[in-house]
Amino acid sequence: MNKPIRTLSLFTLLLFVALLVNVTVLQYVQADELNADDRNRRVVVAAFSRERGAILAGRDPIAESVPSDDEFDFQRTYPEPLRYAHTTGYFSYYSQTALERSQNEVLSGDDSRLFVTRLADLLTQADPQGGNVQTTLVRDAQVAAYDGLRALGEDTQGAVVALEPGTGKVLAMVSSPSFDPNRLASHDLGAVTQAYEELEAREDQPLLNRAIQTTLPPGSTFKLVTAAAALEEGLYELGDQVPGGDTYQLPLTSGPTGLLDNGGRSCGSETVSFTQAVANSCNTTFLAMADELGVEALQDQAEAFGFNAEYLDALPAQAESRFPGDLDQAQTALAGIGQSDVAATPLQMAMVAAGIANDGVVMKPYLVDEVTSPDLDVLERTEPTELSRATSPATAEALTEMMVATVSSGTATPAQIPGVDVAGKTGTAQSTPERPPYAWFVSFAPADDPQVAVAVLVESTDVARDEIAGGALGGPIAKAVMEAVVNR
Amino acid sequence: MSATSAVPAQSGVLGFVHRRRRGAELFLLVLALAVGIGAYVAVGIGVEGEVPTDVLGYGGALTALLVGAHVLVRFTAPYADPVLLPVVGALNGLGLAVIHRLDLATDSSDAAKQLVWMTLGVLLFAGTLLLLRDHRVLQRFTYTSGLAAIVLLLLPLLPVIGNEVRGARIWINVAGFSFQPGEVAKVLLVVTFAGYLVLHRDALALAGRRVLFVDLPRGRDLGPILAMWLVSLGVLVFQRDLGSSLLFFGLFLVMLYVATERAGWLVVGGGLFAVGAFFGYQAFGHVRRRFDVWLNPFDHYGPGTDDTAFQPVEAMFGMAWGGLLGRGFGEGSPERVPFAESDFVLAALGEELGLTGVMAVILCYGLIVERGLRAALVCRDAFGKLVATGLALVFAVQVFVVIGGVTRLIPLTGLTTPFLSYGGSSLVANWVIVALLLRISDQARRPVPDLSDPVGSGDDEATQVVKAVRA
Repeated sequence: MNKPIRTLSLFTLLLFVALLVNVTVLQYVQADELNADDRNRRVVVAAFSRERGAILAGRDPIAESVPSDDEFDFQRTYPEPLRYAHTTGYFSYYSQTALERSQNEVLSGDDSRLFVTRLADLLTQADPQGGNVQTTLVRDAQVAAYDGLRALGEDTQGAVVALEPGTGKVLAMVSSPSFDPNRLASHDLGAVTQAYEELEAREDQPLLNRAIQTTLPPGSTFKLVTAAAALEEGLYELGDQVPGGDTYQLPLTSGPTGLLDNGGRSCGSETVSFTQAVANSCNTTFLAMADELGVEALQDQAEAFGFNAEYLDALPAQAESRFPGDLDQAQTALAGIGQSDVAATPLQMAMVAAGIANDGVVMKPYLVDEVTSPDLDVLERTEPTELSRATSPATAEALTEMMVATVSSGTATPAQIPGVDVAGKTGTAQSTPERPPYAWFVSFAPADDPQVAVAVLVESTDVARDEIAGGALGGPIAKAVMEAVVNR
Repeated sequence: MSATSAVPAQSGVLGFVHRRRRGAELFLLVLALAVGIGAYVAVGIGVEGEVPTDVLGYGGALTALLVGAHVLVRFTAPYADPVLLPVVGALNGLGLAVIHRLDLATDSSDAAKQLVWMTLGVLLFAGTLLLLRDHRVLQRFTYTSGLAAIVLLLLPLLPVIGNEVRGARIWINVAGFSFQPGEVAKVLLVVTFAGYLVLHRDALALAGRRVLFVDLPRGRDLGPILAMWLVSLGVLVFQRDLGSSLLFFGLFLVMLYVATERAGWLVVGGGLFAVGAFFGYQAFGHVRRRFDVWLNPFDHYGPGTDDTAFQPVEAMFGMAWGGLLGRGFGEGSPERVPFAESDFVLAALGEELGLTGVMAVILCYGLIVERGLRAALVCRDAFGKLVATGLALVFAVQVFVVIGGVTRLIPLTGLTTPFLSYGGSSLVANWVIVALLLRISDQARRPVPDLSDPVGSGDDEATQVVKAVRA
């Protein structure tokens, strides 16, 4: 009977090998997938119980975990909830957003770079602790941006983005209306669900980060791109006279529907100086210029500034700014003044300003400056990287000069800072006739040594319709943000 | 350390004498105790942050039981396999620690009860070794144990003492204690099958007609045991105990194969299993549901579904959460899996001790099976061979079915994980199985008492010795 017993032992060996292989598949191969499943409450509870690392703006924590004596060991709190809500995001039992989501590996301590720390925790039986995320945000700039938007009224919808032109650091990013992430991070799960449903139901969409998720026609601020294309193509130079006049008939149209004017601003009879055209935001000039350049040149220039792409890694779910390539002649002319199908996020327009400020080089924007271990050892520091070379230094210098004139004597005078040369450009964009226009403002300062570039978008506000203009609404906010950085 | 020098030099294969190796057993037992007590301390530190205050009492009890068993083996079965007892001790100690850990999470006291059952198991282990000095005596009880097995299997169907738990009517309640008679029945069935097959193996292997390339035995040879097997299978089907049905089926089939040395039985049996599985799938709603839950567990998990896969999916999540090294005792949430202390104890272990722990446990089971089959190989009589094979196989199939079910290799069936799961009947029955395996291996490894005995014609010898014992 020994032969069947030997055969049998081989068979049982197979059974056990099958068990070993299967359990390896389950606990090693499939483990990541199963742990990533939202329904795996263990992961959520463990993450919720863990001492998550802090998110910092300067030296101030804007998200941190404090000990809690209920069923979860730690409570996530946001000391300045409204100002930073859209950059920190929230850490709820059900989901995470923004930095809480993109930096989750570090914050939770699961990052492989924290392996040594984890091992030490394991050996000392200490509770695992997450690493910290140091943002590039500057508190004073963030405060100025948020408070500036809120000063326009309770119902203001808009966004502000400030960048450091030389590096791409995001110095400020706010969106209004904001929300309180503390309510969503609460351990009272019923209250969290209720708070979330309330926020979702609101028409003004407080959960939306308008700085990166809203694309709207950039209006006259886009004239900077058109001007850049004209300079790059050699169509005009800084001192040249450019087409002007009081009205412009769109190509392929006739009659009053295709006739555009300058809203009463002075743009010469036939021609106007390039500088004055920018300073007074002459529609007739840039409509004609866009027509002369053609859609391809405009699209190339827009894409060189970052349109039709995503570039900010730290925040999920961003919208791509848009410059379509299939425009007819009339649409192309309109695109030259930031209308038609052109749409940009405030971040994108800040990058246009920053690119000009940085001698034509657009830096890749980033929000995470450093990642540190719980003991504050730097694990990784973000190195500034070039996203694209949008214009030559000469073009950038010419644009700067015209933007400085815009602030000193043009439409952007509300952004003037005593003793500092500011470069700026206003925009007031139409969407549909039924709703008020969007107010845009982009600027950077100081013009000769740029430290900050800002874009302001006011999507809607309580202000009376005929008072809505980029300079009047956006200018003071941009000025406050620039001052906060320059006087840092 | 040199193994060969200690063996007296004798010539020829028959001159080979196994060493007793009781010292090795004691050394391994110390390691096993370190596993059991260490796990208990780790649970205390992991869950409550301090060494448990009762560790001396607990460790003392565990040590007393295992060392006591070892001393008994020294005297009653000195040539027995030295690996079995330590492996079993380590598994039992680890099981107690995991159950204790779940107790702390769910505020129950199953570990204390399990320790009582373990004591009873070790006592029965001792009783078996003391009373049964020669396993061949069991052959006399072939039919008695068959009848006892049937009666035991029928007990849960009785109105008063029978008890249905989670859809399976396999429990009896006597004086506040619940017991699964099937666990004991499986040992009795092994004895019955072995005793019957030893007597009829020649007839089964040689006599019969050839139908469609298959040699069928005569009805009078196979009939009685087939009938008995069908009854036990039928009982289990009515009790909805799929795991045990599969266990008994596999047991019967493989013992038939070993006894007759005809691989054709496995083919026929495999075909029958396929047919049975198909009809079971068609006829029984609960079998269909099990299959569906097995194939698409995530369709049956979470809000908005019938949530029938809650247990297996939670187990998968838990084991994945454990990963390679596990969360460590007290750091996971094994109590999320319903019945983590019994059927799903392996999921709890996988979550807190990781793939490493699960592999160690599977390898321990592999060792037990391997040691059982080894005893069968070296055993000199056919009955002992069959009993040892059957017991090793019961173990192997049970481990495969339950671990495969928990880890979703095969559809889930309710069975206990030997020595780890909470449950008295299983623990007691498994300790008796170990005692039987030790007894057989002791007989097998013991030096042949009289070299003039015709070794090799095991069958004749078996009957002679039984007669001798009777005399």
